[in-house]
Amino acid sequence: MKAYRDWRGLGARGIALAILTAYAFLALVPLYWLFATSLIAQNAVLKFPPALFPNPPTLENYARLLKAGPIGRWLLNSSVVAATVTFFTVLFDSMAGYGFAKKRFPGRDQIFWTIIAMMIIPGQVTLVPIFIVMSRLGLLNTLYAVVLPALADVFGVFLMRQFILTIPSELEDAARIDGAGAFTIYSRIIVPLAAPALAVLAIFTFMGNWNNFLWPLIVLNDTNKLTLPVGLATLQQENTVDYGLQMAGAALAAVPMIALFLSLQRYFIKGLTLGGVKG
Amino acid sequence: MEGRASDAPQLAGDQTTLQRKRLPWWTRLEWREAFEGYLFVLPKLVLFAIFLVTPVLMGVQMAFENVQPFRSTWVGLENFRALAHDNVFWLSLRNTAIYTAVVVPVAVMTALGLASLIQPLSNVLQTFYRAAYYLPAVASAVVLALVWKWLFDYDYGLFNYLLGLLGVGKVQWLVSPDIALWSIILMAILSPPGAGVVLYLAAMNGIPRELYEAAEIDGASGFQKWWRLTVPLVTPTTLYIVVMSTIGSFQIFTNVFIMTGGGPGNATTTMVTEIYNSAFQFFNFGKASAEALVLFAIVTALAVVQFRWLSRDVQY
Repeated sequence: MKAYRDWRGLGARGIALAILTAYAFLALVPLYWLFATSLIAQNAVLKFPPALFPNPPTLENYARLLKAGPIGRWLLNSSVVAATVTFFTVLFDSMAGYGFAKKRFPGRDQIFWTIIAMMIIPGQVTLVPIFIVMSRLGLLNTLYAVVLPALADVFGVFLMRQFILTIPSELEDAARIDGAGAFTIYSRIIVPLAAPALAVLAIFTFMGNWNNFLWPLIVLNDTNKLTLPVGLATLQQENTVDYGLQMAGAALAAVPMIALFLSLQRYFIKGLTLGGVKG
Repeated sequence: MEGRASDAPQLAGDQTTLQRKRLPWWTRLEWREAFEGYLFVLPKLVLFAIFLVTPVLMGVQMAFENVQPFRSTWVGLENFRALAHDNVFWLSLRNTAIYTAVVVPVAVMTALGLASLIQPLSNVLQTFYRAAYYLPAVASAVVLALVWKWLFDYDYGLFNYLLGLLGVGKVQWLVSPDIALWSIILMAILSPPGAGVVLYLAAMNGIPRELYEAAEIDGASGFQKWWRLTVPLVTPTTLYIVVMSTIGSFQIFTNVFIMTGGGPGNATTTMVTEIYNSAFQFFNFGKASAEALVLFAIVTALAVVQFRWLSRDVQY
């Protein structure tokens, strides 16, 4: 529907563009303010009226950030957590998705729909129990305590099953006639054909775990064990009004995700419309 | 949706089904396929059993217990009875309800309005605006909450500066007990509903053009086409967005934790900050479990009501 066709339509188009652009500016103000403040010298941040843009820009806040906390360690922890969870989620969820989509076994559909039904249970119900399980396993204050529960997320199983269902079974049959075993069929046929869905799952899992806050906040204590978001929260508690420092840290956490989004935008859009909103 | 999706491959595999039906179920091939099937789903099922099913059952049990490190005792509904007399719990319920009641309708209507304005544009412009509105959502909630706290700063924040330019006095955004909750609501309302815009755009681009052409022949105006065709036809998407954002709103935690810590007083305490405090500040696991079950019950009830109400006249 190209609705903006006649000249009255052109006027409408102009108004629509004006509204959308104004709203885009509004939407991006917080991100702009984040980066601008991170580049303003400490003594220039707390003044009134505020500096609307860094003049001249300085990396002083970033230099102070390195001294304020083990920021490199937090970056490393967040990367390890997000990458590990993503790797095993993609592996296990594609395997389970293949099993539920293509293999016949007793109880298959009952098990699958039980898993899906549990998606409605809010994560807060399991906070205390998993905390107790982790404490009994002696894993509190380790990255295992962050990684393991994240692997039980069921969204990916649903996504992979629905996608693999659309792959024609003739391809598997042909491979089976050629003597391929189940694992060969999975790794040589299913995985390559499901690559777009796997990419979507990988991106959303990585982003969700990179940004995750509540659970790491609960299970991690030592400064050196923290993930970046939790580290930022402690940094904020210790430097309440040092906004330059806080914004430098926040920028460090935001930039990888913004880069990921800008370079892989179509997968984000596909992921949102495929299986729903996550993370 | 499930029915339609699973039909296709079964049709495709019909021939093998027919052949297999003649064989008894314990033949070797069947066994092998079932064995392989279990192997493929096993790793996920083990994780699922340990980190989801068991914890949920434990959580339900603990809601009815006085949880102690070594010996927990069954107390029946005592935890829930205590909650009924707990002012902070009621306050958290009230705050969460106000937050959801304001934020969800505004966010859904904003998403619908923006998507409606974007949809007639060219593909390039659609991609551009979609990206601009979704971009903030990829940053961590902690990151965004830190920025907004800075924007809300009483002495040096951008908002009080802009109000000053308009000749209005400074506002104690996060400090005044009467305003703090509304500041957190304001943050949610002013943050673009990126996912909603993406979903609505996908739904609108999927509506057949012929419907609009038929409406034009009947002399429908632009607004009539939108109100009588677009809005009803995207109702399934509306339902999905309403349900998901209601669930999300009821679980608001990070923004509150970073910006106000639930304060001043308990003016911005929400259900999840209250659960967090009960469990990990006061180590009252029984109370926290009871609160989590109440949250679960409310979210489920709201989802059921929304489904009934919004899917009345949906034609799939």
